Amino acid sequence: MNSNIYLYILVAFVVTYLIRVLPLTLIRKPITNRFIKSFLFYVPYVTLTVMTFPAIVMATGSVVSGLLAAVVGILVAYFTENLFLVAGASCIIVFLAELLINVLKG
Amino acid sequence: MKKREAKKEFTHGLKMGVPIGIGYFVVAFSLGINAKVAGFTTIQAGLASMLLMASAGEYALFTLVAAGASYVEIAVMELVANARYLLMSCALSQKLHPETKFFQRFFIGQSITDEMFGAAIGRDKFCTAVFYFGMMAVSIPGWTIGTMLGVAVGNILPANIVTALSVGLYGMFIAIVVPPSKKSRIVFCVVLVSAALSTLFAFAPLLSKLSEGIRTIILTIIISAGAALLFPVDDDGNIIAEKKKEVANEQ
Repeated sequence: MNSNIYLYILVAFVVTYLIRVLPLTLIRKPITNRFIKSFLFYVPYVTLTVMTFPAIVMATGSVVSGLLAAVVGILVAYFTENLFLVAGASCIIVFLAELLINVLKG
Repeated sequence: MKKREAKKEFTHGLKMGVPIGIGYFVVAFSLGINAKVAGFTTIQAGLASMLLMASAGEYALFTLVAAGASYVEIAVMELVANARYLLMSCALSQKLHPETKFFQRFFIGQSITDEMFGAAIGRDKFCTAVFYFGMMAVSIPGWTIGTMLGVAVGNILPANIVTALSVGLYGMFIAIVVPPSKKSRIVFCVVLVSAALSTLFAFAPLLSKLSEGIRTIILTIIISAGAALLFPVDDDGNIIAEKKKEVANEQ
């Protein structure tokens, strides 16, 4: 079983690596097709949003702290545009909210 | 590129990599706990993290191995869990500096992750290979060491801290999406629609039965294609509808 794990890792690595490297190495000229260009422009924003919502709300102990994390994250991002501050603020608000919820629960 | 310029780009990449690396360290830590449950040793989990650099992909790997899955199952699941990187890789191919060498693309490709991709896309004009290497120099060790520590000492951390840290990654995603939404009303609307449909898909009957990875792929393709048809982008990456309005306002 133990030796199999390396094979599992290898299989996962080969698939993941090909997915990421093939487009990057095969597409070496600027894409001129307007639709593809526009499509690729929107992809990152859509994927990241889809992965964040509703997952962030469900990631913590309660929906309340998850929602707070999202709201605080958006506000801090809006005013500071700082990646680290946003991530830190979201974590701290969840920690505090969960603490408060547990106190209120007694 | 001149040597001094390259050094500046690399340092800039390192700086961008620090918050990403710290975030990775924390997330990888909880991932390491999963790896341990699946029977991975510290070394095996570290190797998996260094090679894969993928939270969803590794989570899938660890849970499937724990369930005694076949190699084919692993391969298919990795394909699904990481399919969004295919789209990101296409997008990044347009963003990389034209002087980027062929062999450099093989290294950059290994580390196309949501955050590093976001940082690369967020740069003005082009992203240089050296900048990307700077980010990798911090992020890969952060991710790998975090996983290994998670396997080794995962049970020590109090539960409330682990819970709080679990939203850090999402915070980073928000930080990438919000600034462009501020600048463009169309991007803002596309983001809003994405969040709404994603929530709908997560709770609607039948649709919610699809795995998270597949839902992400379907929504990304549908929404991005819709936005591309309605609001195409010009050669400089500006949304044409908004550019026209700006010109009209100036006149």
